[in-house]
Amino acid sequence: MAELEAVIGLEIHVQLATRTKMFCGCELSFGDEPNVHTCPICLAHPGVLPVPNEQAIRYALQIGLALGCEIAPHSIFHRKNYFYPDSPKAYQISQYDIPIASNGKLGEIRIHRAHLEEDAAKMIHVGESGRIHGSGASLVDFNRGGTPLVEIVTEPDLRGAAEAAAWARLLRETVRQLGVSDVNMEEGSLRVDGNISVRPVGSEELGTKTELKNMNSFRFLERGIEAELARQRELIAAGGTVEQETLHFDSASGSLTPLRSKEEAHDYRYFPEPDLVPLAPSEEMLREAREALPELPAARIERYQSELGLAGDVALTLATDPETAGYFENTLAAADGAEGKVVANWVTGELAAALRQADVEGGATASKVTPESLAALIALVQEKKISHGSGKTVLASLVTEGGDPAAIVEREGLAQMSSDSGELEAIVEKAMADNADAVEKIREGNQKAIGAIVGAVMRETKGRADGGEVNRLIQERL
Amino acid sequence: MADILDLTVLEAHNAKMAGEFSSQEHADAWFEAASSDELNAYLWQNDRGAEAAAIEVEQDWNAPIAVKDIFCTEGVPTTAASRILEGYRPPYTATAVRQLIEAGLPILGKTNMDEFAMGSSNENSAYGPVLNPWDRERVPGGSSGGSAAVVAGGLAPWAIGTDTGGSIRQPAAFCGIVGLKPTYGAISRYGMIAFASSLDQCGPLTRTVSDAALLLAMLQGRDPLDSTSVGIEGGVSLPDREDLSGLRFGVPAELARDAVDAGVREVFEATLRKIEELGGEITEVSLPNAEHGISAYYVIAPAEASSNLARYDGVRYGMRDGGDGDLIEMYETTRSEGFGAEVKRRIMLGTYALSSGYYDAYYGQAQKVRTRIAQDFSGAFADVDFVVTPTAPSVAFKLGEKTADPLAMYLNDFFTVPMSLAGIPAISIPAGLAEPEGGGPQMPVGFQIAAPAFAEQRLLDAAYALEQGIGFDARPGDANG
Repeated sequence: MAELEAVIGLEIHVQLATRTKMFCGCELSFGDEPNVHTCPICLAHPGVLPVPNEQAIRYALQIGLALGCEIAPHSIFHRKNYFYPDSPKAYQISQYDIPIASNGKLGEIRIHRAHLEEDAAKMIHVGESGRIHGSGASLVDFNRGGTPLVEIVTEPDLRGAAEAAAWARLLRETVRQLGVSDVNMEEGSLRVDGNISVRPVGSEELGTKTELKNMNSFRFLERGIEAELARQRELIAAGGTVEQETLHFDSASGSLTPLRSKEEAHDYRYFPEPDLVPLAPSEEMLREAREALPELPAARIERYQSELGLAGDVALTLATDPETAGYFENTLAAADGAEGKVVANWVTGELAAALRQADVEGGATASKVTPESLAALIALVQEKKISHGSGKTVLASLVTEGGDPAAIVEREGLAQMSSDSGELEAIVEKAMADNADAVEKIREGNQKAIGAIVGAVMRETKGRADGGEVNRLIQERL
Repeated sequence: MADILDLTVLEAHNAKMAGEFSSQEHADAWFEAASSDELNAYLWQNDRGAEAAAIEVEQDWNAPIAVKDIFCTEGVPTTAASRILEGYRPPYTATAVRQLIEAGLPILGKTNMDEFAMGSSNENSAYGPVLNPWDRERVPGGSSGGSAAVVAGGLAPWAIGTDTGGSIRQPAAFCGIVGLKPTYGAISRYGMIAFASSLDQCGPLTRTVSDAALLLAMLQGRDPLDSTSVGIEGGVSLPDREDLSGLRFGVPAELARDAVDAGVREVFEATLRKIEELGGEITEVSLPNAEHGISAYYVIAPAEASSNLARYDGVRYGMRDGGDGDLIEMYETTRSEGFGAEVKRRIMLGTYALSSGYYDAYYGQAQKVRTRIAQDFSGAFADVDFVVTPTAPSVAFKLGEKTADPLAMYLNDFFTVPMSLAGIPAISIPAGLAEPEGGGPQMPVGFQIAAPAFAEQRLLDAAYALEQGIGFDARPGDANG
């Protein structure tokens, strides 16, 4: 049988961090006493009407633009009709055939659409499992009902569980940096569902997909998709076929169980919401949304790799931490002529380690090490005025007390030993004499043995010697 | 106090200004009159009486008012004449009603209606039909039958109702009063219990065109709580036009040729002659798609209703039945017991029309017809100032006469539905009396005038001039002795 490849699309619900709900003036909340943030509108009393939240529209525009989408000049709200206690109107106001944003791309993954809608109320099933089956009673908390949501739907462009989880992280970081959502998976402000199928490698057709829900962390998202891909592959290997269904991922047991599917049970009878006029963002709103866009992770990764020559993982680390990325760029600007790669390694490597070591919270920007002092330190090392090891020593002092690196070098006597003075040669010769067996081993071809001699020189010089220079002197004398 | 009750609101205002009686005396007289409702026109009356509803704001037009029970009123029972909302007291007040209260109008009571405004005879009320004050064996029309009956029957000086496909104009015609359906968007719908959201519009039911203008002036306006409301630019003022010279009135050929009772046709034609006497010009216009209005309306309105009425599930307010079983059983029992037959019929029609696979053939097609009808009117208004028709094909029919035949009932809306679909304003004014087919005492006949969107002022001005020219002054009881 042909090898099967994974075909994965994601549907992401992002709760917008507006002050009030999508269609009424109730405040958003998390963890408050149930049913305190309600009003006749979000409880669907007779006669009430929805009024769209302007801030939610602005946030949705930013998401659409950040995902490289086209913004619809007139998008339409529809009613999605279904009976369920989490929906007091018995319909959800959503967008259907004309969403606010469509045809975008994030990284290599195409975005099918992003649309605005309202969240359902929260159902609390009383009983051991916390799920509806077997529960004694179900309670409804309308605090969440009507929270603004943007639903983002990708094309089925993802080819594996790890890729899907990594892309979802990039999406979360993108939305987080827009400042439009808390994007907290555990609290449900970011919810990711997967549409999963497999097909023979080389095939263009899509296999029958299943929808995977309830993956409330990136780890579970990856594990859930892996489990479902394995299930589908086994099923097909055994001669079976995949059936379209919605599956619930149980993170504790790793098991997948079918969920009663709304799609199967209902015809949503979509029709244009007559209580709302078409959503037509003004030129000004679009301009403001564009201007409010920061440089987003995908663009930053691209720029760091192509313009600064940073390694992929370093670029990713910086792009997903915009504060540190800003710090890095300030340091780079101050470090006249230093290579981006070198500065990036200092910021994400030595400085991050030194901060961890000293238990400094809040990252580089909150530390006593200014970008200018780090730049000065890097220059001292680059110009071989101090050794790399001494650089780390200076950095440790900068982290604890701040100050000027050159002054610290002076005070601590860390200036690099020059080979001109003959002092370093003497130390090297002594170290070789003291480690005669190492010298013997090197002569026998074991280059690793040089470490013992270098170590002895470094101990003697308290790290002030340049490692490359020490190596050269040893080789000369062999 | 009988003389006070004979006055229109405008006349009473002038009398108050002349010091003949106070606002309080005026209100007291009406509260007393309203308490003797024998027409089943009120579902709830403000039993605190005029005393409690004392005039607190000394405003110009603070005559007490009757409000159709479709408007939410805080703390006051609001049922839309449905069992399913039995016991419901809304936590808020509809914008239209709030504006009236803020203008100083005491609320006399909530008026009976067809359940959820679905009906043309008021026989679909869960609380029994309203009787027509001209002949208690006849219907007052619907769905705003209670609001029309209280104004015609001397139980309120004026009232508000709602019109989705004729629900203000047809009962106004059946009861011999003025009924105005404003342009869609002229008055806030916030707090008006929704039947068909893209068609529902609040409007006045009054004794005269002037009173309709006064009430519209207080009701209209853009409401931040209703995204579809825009108000009427420039507001509304009292009409004062005395003739119709220079105005062109179009009679749609397509609507005229359909079955209209002889008595109604006679009054309609006499009214056309009156228009010419007043200097107006009568021409024929073409509304080629208007005759499909009823078909489109009875797809669109039930479709929206099926969604609007889905919230009545027995969970959060109103009636609940079957609560001992599971959730689905409770939903089903509550809705089976709570809704009347006509409401259920329309929910089923509408659900079907929106179903996957049928949407394009029904809802989609009906929306296309709606667009065509709106275009027909735009075309007609290029040639004429107004389009005129009889308001209804007959005078008020007898109770029970059409209840067995929903289609015959729906055809009552034949002349009023096209304007609703086009969203344009239309007014019905009493134009004369006619003997019903099959005999009986003479009943009022309504004359409908429609105008382009937001041309309410021109519409009221012309209707006022015509009203003065016709001089209709019959009252219930006159003809019957």
